[in-house]
Amino acid sequence: MNLVDSTQVNSTLLSSETASSERTLYPYVTGTSVIGIKYKDGILMAADMGASYGSTLRYKSVERLKPVGKHSLLGASGEISDFQEILRYLDELILYDNMWDDGNSLGPKEVHNYLTRVMYNRRNKFNPLWNSLILGGIKNGQKYLGMVSMIGVHFEDNHVATGFGNHLARPILRDEWNENLSFEDGVKLLEKCMRVLLYRDRSAVNKIQIAKITEEGFTTYPPYALKTFWNFSAFENPTVGAEGSW
Amino acid sequence: MTKQQANWSPYDNNGGSCVAIAGADYCVIAADTRMSTGYNILTRDYSKICKLADKCVMASSGFQADVRALQKVLAARHLIYQHQHNKQMSCPAMGQLLSNTLYYKRFFPYYSFNVLGGLDNEGKGCVFTYDAVGSYERVGYSSQGSGSTLIMPFLDNQLKSPSPLLLPAQDAVTPLSESEAIDLVKTCFASATERDIYTGDKLEIVILNADGIRREYMELRKD
Repeated sequence: MNLVDSTQVNSTLLSSETASSERTLYPYVTGTSVIGIKYKDGILMAADMGASYGSTLRYKSVERLKPVGKHSLLGASGEISDFQEILRYLDELILYDNMWDDGNSLGPKEVHNYLTRVMYNRRNKFNPLWNSLILGGIKNGQKYLGMVSMIGVHFEDNHVATGFGNHLARPILRDEWNENLSFEDGVKLLEKCMRVLLYRDRSAVNKIQIAKITEEGFTTYPPYALKTFWNFSAFENPTVGAEGSW
Repeated sequence: MTKQQANWSPYDNNGGSCVAIAGADYCVIAADTRMSTGYNILTRDYSKICKLADKCVMASSGFQADVRALQKVLAARHLIYQHQHNKQMSCPAMGQLLSNTLYYKRFFPYYSFNVLGGLDNEGKGCVFTYDAVGSYERVGYSSQGSGSTLIMPFLDNQLKSPSPLLLPAQDAVTPLSESEAIDLVKTCFASATERDIYTGDKLEIVILNADGIRREYMELRKD
């Protein structure tokens, strides 16, 4: 809070700095990991629908997988409000591109590059968009899957994951992913990753959403819960023998 | 209570090692393709080598987002140069431009560690080595990045370049043949990969000579 006050003092001294009082100094409402993979016909992504306010599970039905234009799919973790602002930027980008009315449309590669520049530009202003983004898509038979971080680090790969997904999901994906995964096998692989995240990531919730993008377009599936098993003997009485615990 | 929330830094270190060796009529530039953050590997196949002009190639490690911004600035400046002079920029000229571009951001630096390799106007191999804020030097060989502390002393030992203090100045190019230089680079990276966690996955080697430009790849340890 002190930081916010001091920038307001500065803004009276330097009138051009008025906008600096709106910097995100830390995130408020955040979403956890997103996973994306290439499969036979396009791109598959999975994310849960929880949004945390610090460590409080504040919202339980937040969509974090959204279509962008005709060929792309965007998944986001991090600050939800910043994600919604990014969606507004993209809506405008797609609209203005559409107004050329020349039959051309932005593909996933172009959208990813745009996001890359937006994220890096905001970090240069010391006012970052607090997100890790995954952008996937397919255009003219070319599959594309890339990532951008809060400070503009970006790359392409066959499978990507944000946050905890980088620790827990990517090792599984490196073992089991292959180029010719069918839709069913792709969903099974994503569910396996999401289940591990559900067990070990405290901010994950058991309400997940899967979305795909193919040459035919974007499809999102109704949210559902994963089957879990909590009856392992180690879970039964976790504090037994722990002196002073309840 | 101390502050208990996420915080951010505008910089990251994405690791990686770069090497360049100049010979009498060739230049070898190499870098690994691993990109990391902390103990995570982000991807195993990201090229750190950028062709800036016909006879000029840059290998960069450090903060990937800054590296890409730097590459874009240099590409744009080179395009303007081509329109104004109707020719490709020479490697020594690009060397000076890179230094100026880095120093331009002296007080919010590009966190990038570069080696520039190529052929000069006589067709001789040349290597320029930099720090993040633009001080640079023409040398016979150099290494930058996370594995440079392991690679540089090995190159010193193998190549024994003449002291820059000698008068009259001695030529800095290495006495090796092109294929010997390529082998030396492969050995450097095979060894650096053993001890540096930020170096590995794959080695990309670019060879410049009178015939043009050529690329070679070698697999490295993936652990």
